Amino acid sequence: MQTETRQPLLKISGLEKRFELDKGFLETLKFRKGRIVSERREVHAVNGVSLEAERGEALCIVGESGCGKSTVARLVAGLLDPSAGQIHYGGQRIDNLGRQALAPIRKKMQMIFQNPYASLNPRMTIQQALEEPVRFHQPHLSKSEMKDKVAEVMRSVGVDPSWRFRYPHEFSGGQRQRIAIARSLTVDPEFVIADEPISALDVSIQAQVLNLMLEAKAERGLTYMFITHDLSVVQHFGTRVAVLYLGSLCELADTATLFAAPKHPYTKALLSAVPQLSDERPNHIRLKGEIPTPINLPSGCPFQSRCAYATSRCSAERPEPILQADGSQVACHAVEEGRLD
Amino acid sequence: MALLSVKDLTVKFAMREQSVTALDGISFDLAKGERLGIVGESGAGKSITGFSLMKLISKPGFIDRGQIQFDGRDIAKMDEPALRDIRGNHMAMIFQDPMVTLNPVLTIGEQMVETLRAHRKLSLEEAEQIAIVKLREVYIPSPEERLRQYPHELSGGMRQRIIIAIALLLEPKLIIADEPTTALDVTIQADIMDLMLELCQTNKVSLILITHDLGVVNQMTERTLVMYAGRIIESGRTREIINDPQHPYTQGLINALPQQTLPGQPLKQIPGSMPSLTNIPTGCAFHPRCAYATSRCKTEIPRTLRFGAVEVACHEVERLKAGQGKAGTGQPAANGNASANGDTSAYDEASTYDEASANGSGS
Repeated sequence: MQTETRQPLLKISGLEKRFELDKGFLETLKFRKGRIVSERREVHAVNGVSLEAERGEALCIVGESGCGKSTVARLVAGLLDPSAGQIHYGGQRIDNLGRQALAPIRKKMQMIFQNPYASLNPRMTIQQALEEPVRFHQPHLSKSEMKDKVAEVMRSVGVDPSWRFRYPHEFSGGQRQRIAIARSLTVDPEFVIADEPISALDVSIQAQVLNLMLEAKAERGLTYMFITHDLSVVQHFGTRVAVLYLGSLCELADTATLFAAPKHPYTKALLSAVPQLSDERPNHIRLKGEIPTPINLPSGCPFQSRCAYATSRCSAERPEPILQADGSQVACHAVEEGRLD
Repeated sequence: MALLSVKDLTVKFAMREQSVTALDGISFDLAKGERLGIVGESGAGKSITGFSLMKLISKPGFIDRGQIQFDGRDIAKMDEPALRDIRGNHMAMIFQDPMVTLNPVLTIGEQMVETLRAHRKLSLEEAEQIAIVKLREVYIPSPEERLRQYPHELSGGMRQRIIIAIALLLEPKLIIADEPTTALDVTIQADIMDLMLELCQTNKVSLILITHDLGVVNQMTERTLVMYAGRIIESGRTREIINDPQHPYTQGLINALPQQTLPGQPLKQIPGSMPSLTNIPTGCAFHPRCAYATSRCKTEIPRTLRFGAVEVACHEVERLKAGQGKAGTGQPAANGNASANGDTSAYDEASTYDEASANGSGS
């Protein structure tokens, strides 16, 4: 499937991130079988994820808490350094760049966080908050140009520019999130990473913010990486979906394909668990047990402990994503062997 | 007879200059074994409703007026010793975050035994036996071992199961669950919902489910109250409210969900946001955000009107109903003269105590 002509905007290959659990030397000391040994424990947050994002698409990353979706976002944004693997942006490898070299790429790549109460500095006015990224990335702009820029962006997110001297606490949650989006748009990015941008908001406000993000996509030709746990939002917003479980990719497919014909047993369970407005009785697929801890990962398929179709091969061999007939990628031995149909 | 009957419940919070009305004349009934959902956005007063049913409103909040008839007794007038008998024993509450509800320095067993022995004369062994039975009811594997464990040793879903087991310990008649699954992942949420539904049905326990998630309400409850700015604006059978909402706010809430719009199309948003309690608009609190608001909506608080099994507090609901049936040409119904209209939607005024109490109590 790899052709030379097509160049994805973002390409992640074999991405891994491990966090050390025992920080100091003393913490690594453990008492085992009458002897003191030094033992390091690690959280395997992301385990070999490969993804691509085309220009103009909205790639959604879904999964439950602890699946590594936020870690992937932070790795791509350069807020964390990967333990292994590569990240290419616009053909250029970016995961090994220093702060200086990364600055021009950061200008093209902006991030929106979940909690608008935490992501705006309470002691900066909206004007100051919105000017800061412009001043950093476009220092050549004059004061009046900067002011125009801020006013234009505020207007585009539906916040009255005359409010620019107000502080974040004077705004409601939905307005704050719109200001946070405005802040990411001030430097004219081409790629926006949104980590649960609407999870902290009420339903009626969620619709306002989602509409704003869709508008910005259409007007500015943005590419999104949208991290969420809410599948109904994915269905509405995403062009492609990646389902993560315990730091590994389970399934990657076009949104319509994924919702019409989920293939991975975990994706099926996830989709069936969403509370619906329509049918009377829910008929969800029960998963046994709960997500295992990402410290000491099980060998083989990460999902095997909860999967109804697991075999000895699943516990021994880690499934790799395999391209299916409809263009989706599924990492499951049972799907590969055709045992699920 | 209803297990719980709330009438004109008004809760205020005293502030330096004036008091703020958090709940404004809430009235509803709950039958034995019935499952009722309370939905609304943050600031609607749904959690305050839950707390005031157990009289857990602490200073500066107070119950200003109204009755909470539970099993023939008025909770609003009870003193602390009487409340202690009700709380946990006859009514139990489940909160959103199980880690905050459980005491981190006590084992699961200690917390369960403590609850049991506070209400019943039981030996330690008897209490532990009951605790094990209840843990088994909520499908906790190897419950004997769990009793010796601390909350941090268990996963989020497991902790919420234990909270449910503790709520069921004394076989209450009513469980109030305030966003019980909001902190959980979808697959775990589905399990917990199944469990709560099953336990309510087998034990004939009434449930009040407070949530912002219409999907959860749809799957869990028989009847629903929709709240906005401290008032109930619509109530009725859950199915009907979701399939055919009457109040413009309920309609907006349902239409704003991504499922209601084709992928990629703009969502139908409600402009503005929930007003703060210190600054509730005059008349209908929803009028600044409502597309159908008239001058009457700005000045006059709408009374609750009954249409069949649904009760709606909206001045314009008749016009909206007429507009739906006659493709856009909304005929304003003559106010107060419904009988003159040939319309089948006969309505009668559901709230009469509203005015009565406003005249009667001048405290």
